[in-house]
Amino acid sequence: MDLLNALVALSNFVLIPAISYGSQLALGALGVTLIYGILRFSNFAHGDTMAFGAMVTILVTWALQAAGVSLGPLPTALLALPFGILGCAALLLLTDRFVYRFYREQKAKPVVLVIVSMGVMFIMNGLVRFIIGPDDQRFADGERFIISARTFREMTGLQEGLALRTSQGITIVTAIIVVALLFWFLNKTRTGKSMRAYSDNEDLALLSGINPERVVMVTWLIVAALASIAGVLYGLDKSFKPFTYFNLLLPIFASAIVGGLGSPLGAIAGGFVIAISEVMVTYAWKKVLTYFMPDGLGPDGLVQLLSTDYKFAVSFVILIVVLLFRPTGLFAGKSV
Amino acid sequence: MTQPLRTIVLFALVAALILGTGLLQSWNSALIILNMGLISALMALGVNLQWGFAGLFNVGVMGFVALGGLATVIVSMPPVGEAWAVGGLRVVLGLVLGAATLVLAVLVRGRMAAGRRRGLALAAILLGGFFLFRWVFDGGVEAVESVNPASTGYLGGLGLPVLLAWPAGGALAAGAAWLIGKTALGLRSDYLAIATLGIAEIIIAVMKNEDWLARGVKNVIGLPRPVPYEIDLQQDPDFTSRAVEIGLDPVTASTLYVKLGYGLLFAAVLIVVLILAQLALNSPWGRMMRAIRDNETAAAAMGKDVTFRHLQIFVLGSAICGIAGAMMTTLDGQLTPTSYQPLRYTFLVWVMVIVGGSGNNLGAVLGGFLIWFLWVQVEPMGQLLMSVLTSGMADGSALKAHLLDSVAHMRLLTMGLVLLVVLRFSPRGLLPER
Repeated sequence: MDLLNALVALSNFVLIPAISYGSQLALGALGVTLIYGILRFSNFAHGDTMAFGAMVTILVTWALQAAGVSLGPLPTALLALPFGILGCAALLLLTDRFVYRFYREQKAKPVVLVIVSMGVMFIMNGLVRFIIGPDDQRFADGERFIISARTFREMTGLQEGLALRTSQGITIVTAIIVVALLFWFLNKTRTGKSMRAYSDNEDLALLSGINPERVVMVTWLIVAALASIAGVLYGLDKSFKPFTYFNLLLPIFASAIVGGLGSPLGAIAGGFVIAISEVMVTYAWKKVLTYFMPDGLGPDGLVQLLSTDYKFAVSFVILIVVLLFRPTGLFAGKSV
Repeated sequence: MTQPLRTIVLFALVAALILGTGLLQSWNSALIILNMGLISALMALGVNLQWGFAGLFNVGVMGFVALGGLATVIVSMPPVGEAWAVGGLRVVLGLVLGAATLVLAVLVRGRMAAGRRRGLALAAILLGGFFLFRWVFDGGVEAVESVNPASTGYLGGLGLPVLLAWPAGGALAAGAAWLIGKTALGLRSDYLAIATLGIAEIIIAVMKNEDWLARGVKNVIGLPRPVPYEIDLQQDPDFTSRAVEIGLDPVTASTLYVKLGYGLLFAAVLIVVLILAQLALNSPWGRMMRAIRDNETAAAAMGKDVTFRHLQIFVLGSAICGIAGAMMTTLDGQLTPTSYQPLRYTFLVWVMVIVGGSGNNLGAVLGGFLIWFLWVQVEPMGQLLMSVLTSGMADGSALKAHLLDSVAHMRLLTMGLVLLVVLRFSPRGLLPER
């Protein structure tokens, strides 16, 4: 039995990946939940919005790299991120002006807006593939590790290594900053308060003189920022491929629903619930268990509950269980 | 324009488009479009049943289509005797144990009073059952997959005629839909959408990973066909002489003959399903469904069992998608789980239904043909457009090369535009519900 090594192995293979993946999901789910709260529909185009923001960032990153600009140990993509957010915001505002506004004025049913967002999804997906192509793109540069497994072993003398990749560190730090900013904005500023008021009770908000178009515009701007940041962080951590982003739709929606659609706090909690369970169920526990168990009693098999290809199944099962037993999600969201 | 006239004009347009393809490109391409158009129309009918009749938001079409494909393998491929001998029964036993665990858990949940004891009992049953299942099942799977993995490595099928796979595909999809509907149909529309989206992904994941079932990503090729092989026709002196008589060379004639054969089979299925769907729409049952769709509370107050009716139509619509999936796999002659993409098999079918006109069976069929035609032909049209647009640019410029390369991705863009334009200017589709 070797508790210290077990803990290190656990953090290395389960906790750190799950927390950074969870932060990415939480940022994505925040976007979905904001759209649901303010515009009152489930946005199927969100995965592709993330892909678009990430794509603009990648293009600017390449331009910066070609011009010889770099951030030293940090990835250049961080420098390009504001441009990605701007590009994404421009696209979203255009979409809103030419597509969604028409249905908003008609007071169309939410399900109509969902179908409309399917059309937007096709267009954004096509745009991204058209501009950058359907293949994998790598754009991470700078230092790869904050602590590599080897340095950690040398430092501590433990058998197990603990690696913290730069992308994971950046993901966690960025997520904390973004979430703190978002909550400060929603709770302390006038615009943020008017957004929450609009989300809580549209008619009352309109009566008190809140300009709905302004609320909607601010929402899209925030969503653009959240989606681009989530997209870039995911791309830095794994790699950028339009199709993967489309597939992120399921875990992101699962996070938002598990947390309670419309509740920002819920979106964050949901993101971590989904990510941690996905990683835990698909991780082969042999190594950690061997350290935990008394000598000689370690398991023979891999002790992997499900193969990694079934990670969708995990988010799905959690989604169903939560919906059956707590239909409004963990943090009572709203149901339109 | 009155509705019947509009219907005739639009269908004539589709016919003209397909005939035009035959005249301008080749009759082979026209028949390929026609055959997949027939299958797409069938899928659209299935989705229209769920969305148009009952307002169920199912975005798991891909899963049911894939199950139909799986049924084709299970029904038509010859059984692999050796695999059955070494581990087939063990795999089946494992599956039975897994199912029994779930049934037991459901029974216990129903019988015991709620509380901590029930929770503990349920957890014990589920955990114990899971490990028992894995213990029995994994050994069997390993044995089956090690039997000649390069060419079989799976249990094979039943070796029955492939046409039986079509109803079987429908039945398999219906069974899955029943299970899913039992758990997910109580949910609100957008939750149901996400749930079905997830189920479709899970079905595809199972098909990719469970090699013992249908070889996973190694694909099953060489499925039996309901029509003769081209090569046999070409060697048949009777056929070749007749081909020469009508002025065709035997090779072209054989390919056309095979495709026409498929087309007739598909058309027969489509017509039967279309007639049934039309009868259903105009029957008291169809009126009840639309009443439920338009106002659930009022329908429930009139004594209609909303949950049961939703389940019923969800199963029926999914079964039609399953039949279409089995037909498609038969046409392809192979099952490739990696080829199932949600954009192509779920959302494109939705575009067909919305553009055609939800709630109108003929509209769904029209949408199936029209959108499928666009999906295929946008690429050559885009190529033409791009070469005109880029003709002014210098040869060898990076932008020109990129634009010409990216033409393939124009179809997604076009589909999105078509959907948005129709939703904006004709929100009830080309052939609206009456």
